[in-house]
Amino acid sequence: MKISTFVYCLVQGIKNIRRNKLFSLASVGTIAACIFMMGILYSVIANFQHMVDKAKESVSITVFFDEGISPDKIDYLKGAIEKRPEVASVTYTSADEAWASFKKDYFSSNPELAEGFKDDNPLANSSYFEIKLSDVSMQKSLVTFLKSSSGVRQVNYSDVTANAITDFAKMVGYISLTIIGVLLAVGIFLISNTVMIGIAVRKEEIRIMKLIGATDYFVRAPFIVEGVVIGIIGASIPLIALYFVYREVVKYLLGQFHTITSNFSFLAIHEVFVVMIPMALAIGGGIGLIGSIITVRKHLKV
Amino acid sequence: MIVLNNVSKSYSTGAPALKEVNIHIEKGEFVFIVGNSGSGKSTLIKLLLKELEPTEGSICVNGKNLGSLKRNKVPYLRRDMGVVFQDFRLLKDRNVYENIAFAQRVIETPTRIIKRRVPAMLSLVGLSEKYRSYPKELSGGEQQRVALARALVNNPSILLADEPTGNLDPRNSWEIMKLLEEINHRGTTVLVVTHNREIVDAMSKRVITLNKGVVISDEKKGGYDYED
Repeated sequence: MKISTFVYCLVQGIKNIRRNKLFSLASVGTIAACIFMMGILYSVIANFQHMVDKAKESVSITVFFDEGISPDKIDYLKGAIEKRPEVASVTYTSADEAWASFKKDYFSSNPELAEGFKDDNPLANSSYFEIKLSDVSMQKSLVTFLKSSSGVRQVNYSDVTANAITDFAKMVGYISLTIIGVLLAVGIFLISNTVMIGIAVRKEEIRIMKLIGATDYFVRAPFIVEGVVIGIIGASIPLIALYFVYREVVKYLLGQFHTITSNFSFLAIHEVFVVMIPMALAIGGGIGLIGSIITVRKHLKV
Repeated sequence: MIVLNNVSKSYSTGAPALKEVNIHIEKGEFVFIVGNSGSGKSTLIKLLLKELEPTEGSICVNGKNLGSLKRNKVPYLRRDMGVVFQDFRLLKDRNVYENIAFAQRVIETPTRIIKRRVPAMLSLVGLSEKYRSYPKELSGGEQQRVALARALVNNPSILLADEPTGNLDPRNSWEIMKLLEEINHRGTTVLVVTHNREIVDAMSKRVITLNKGVVISDEKKGGYDYED
């Protein structure tokens, strides 16, 4: 394609948007509405995921050892636990460290009470592992493994928390999938309807172009420019709207529901938009591109 | 230039549109195709433009066998054939200048040549003053002249006119026919499908008459001798 033809197609594509104001407006509106809904959904899912991840991090298993266990045995156990795929980290706390931490937590206002123990560590047999999980759903099998390991006296864990988080994560996944499916179906329906209107409007124009001797690519190029520009405009509008909506909603939730939100943290606006901007522009541009190709293809066989 | 050999065309429904048509048109000829509605005139134009494929027979235009012409080569065939329709078929959202220039854009003509060619065509069809008007601001005759300018701007060797005066009053019809004659004098082969008895009789050109898809007469200097 010659440069002058390329520029001509580009200019014609943009002029087409103006020439078919109603169609362009309808297309931008349809794409904007779909992307706005998807954007909201993405923000909610991303934040749920973020909260679930945070909650997972707080789940830990504490392992106490048999009295008089040797340091070698403890090292061996640590190695065996770390090898398991569901384990994120294993932190060893010695009896002295446990006592120091206990003193700090409970006797900091009355240090003389702790003095009574002098060098006699009351937590002498309380050295422990704190295990963080990367996959909370595997907690049960890990606990079984730990309980059956020699040298382990006691395993402290919370079934309820782990199960609740696992179930919640699953539920969020299912709901997200359902809503995304519905939104995509609605989006495709709306967009195909708009494209059908476009076909009716352009049928004669494409026919004239072809009878004059235009090649397929010459007919198609301005439509593609038009489609992609409409798609990108259609994606940009909801992005701007979502930016302000997200900022205000997070501010409102943090202000109004302090007791609930103090346990959770929301994703920062840039963390959401770093994914959402390219995603929305790609979906918008993609819908415009595919829509315009479908619109034109049907009528190129003249 | 244009050769139809035993060309037949049937649609999936109804009677055949053309039956074993043999036509031979030389370079530089001016030919009228006449016949009543349903005689196959428009089918003939569509076959020449390769909008339709014949059911049987072969068609050659400018030495190209349309039957073996690949789909991606069809635009190049059409560029050598200017076409004018009864309903003008102008791009409604573009002005006169842009409508004519469009035919040149299609074949990727450099802008400096377009700027020279389009005014020359406007002058030929007598619409130099109206280059900024949109189709809806023009009369039927003026719109047909724009369509004619668009058909001729690329210097085609053949001009196909499908009922070019069908929507025009007698005065405008005559102006269009005079333009077609002038174009023919410049060397372009002109093929006019028409119903207009008065014009056919007065111009005394070659007349091919179709009836129910069959060529019933082909006269060198004929008249509209077919009764509707």
